Amino acid sequence: MVDKTLGTCEEAVAGVFDGATILLGGFGDPGLPGQLLEALRLQGAKNLTMVHNGSGGGTHSLGGLIHDGKVRKLIASFPSNPGNTSFQEKYLKGEIELELVPQGTLAERIRAAGAGLGGFFTPTGAGTDLAAGKETRVLDGREMVFEKALHADFAFVRAYRGDRLGNLNYRMAMRNFNVPMCTAAKHVVAEVDELVPLGGIGPEDVHTPGIFVDNVVEVVRHPEYLKITTEGR
Amino acid sequence: MSLTREGVAYRVACDLPDGSYVNLGIGIPTLVSGFIGSDKEVFFHSENGILGMGPIAKPGTEDPDLINAGKQYVTVLPGASFFDHPTSFSMIRGGHIDYAVLGALEVAANGDLANWRTPGEKVPGVGGAMDLAFGVRNVIVTMTHITNKGKPKILNKCTLPLTAPRCVKRIYTDMALIEVTPEGLLLREVAPGLDPKTIQSHTEAPLRVAPDCREMNVSANFQQVAQPVR
Repeated sequence: MVDKTLGTCEEAVAGVFDGATILLGGFGDPGLPGQLLEALRLQGAKNLTMVHNGSGGGTHSLGGLIHDGKVRKLIASFPSNPGNTSFQEKYLKGEIELELVPQGTLAERIRAAGAGLGGFFTPTGAGTDLAAGKETRVLDGREMVFEKALHADFAFVRAYRGDRLGNLNYRMAMRNFNVPMCTAAKHVVAEVDELVPLGGIGPEDVHTPGIFVDNVVEVVRHPEYLKITTEGR
Repeated sequence: MSLTREGVAYRVACDLPDGSYVNLGIGIPTLVSGFIGSDKEVFFHSENGILGMGPIAKPGTEDPDLINAGKQYVTVLPGASFFDHPTSFSMIRGGHIDYAVLGALEVAANGDLANWRTPGEKVPGVGGAMDLAFGVRNVIVTMTHITNKGKPKILNKCTLPLTAPRCVKRIYTDMALIEVTPEGLLLREVAPGLDPKTIQSHTEAPLRVAPDCREMNVSANFQQVAQPVR
């Protein structure tokens, strides 16, 4: 019998190795796998390349991993929120590398990797600083920039419900980067609010089919989840 | 007189047609959704996967799984939908969103937009600004007409790194409504009490005055005495 569930986040991150590339899901708190991140921080892997829309908070979530010096490079669209002090400090000291990518291009590079494509041409960024050094082509009269697929060793996401086959269902704005990220890494782990029996997520409500997911861990939400969020995680 | 931030947002809201799909940027643009009259349906999109977004959530009713792209807790209206980032940016890049209302640091006479990198900024961040500026049919800019040092922001040529070339269609400021045309900038409306000559004195790029150029039709509570330049 297939059973992708694991008992703890510690087990779920045990295989992460030094130098790994990790897709980190979520946009703000919705979909952010906060407890997998905490486990990863304790696990100790270093020289990581993290792919995430932002750069995390001060000293928690992704900010904690950066604060501890575990991240060599960040691939992100909006790492500049004023609250992201850990990233700012490391970046200004030259201790962390940044690859800045427009948000839609970041999402599509991840999607392309999961879909088996080498990359794609996009109008976004043509003629701007963010297209510097990239191949361009005029297609249907419009200048387009070539963007490469973005593959990773691991993807960590958060969903609302999951089952033992890895099927995932998200609430509200949790889907964001998580749907494409689950398709684009060699090993994919989801933390979920609730593990349900097979059929507990109706086939119409499976947003990420289990074929893309390797492990599912049920975690209890932090009791002060909303409070932490409101204070600008 | 000049318009308040709310006044600028109100003036934009008047021009968004019934049935349109609209993405609002951070700052003055966020205020636009509050001024859509009950006589029309306008659908608000948020980059992080929401179409049919409603007002900001009231304190005590926030849902931790429902934020907008500015990380504020929001609500959704009946008929709303949720989706992932590739779908959200297909709406943007694929030309399905009718209007993007964005803030700006500089706009040039040809419609070039600079709004993603400020001078002296230490950590760069672009977010969804470039995708919106390149992908949305009607890019509308809202901003104060001049900087807080009194310098024009509507220029012959942008000095800051571009978000996208030739993308802006209309500029709504606290002093004027200006349209970007192939022949250059066209002054369509002035804030109550201001005249075209005054607007030009605060604008580096040359303005043509539309034959039907008029005073904006906004109520007194959207107007303020022009702030002294610091």
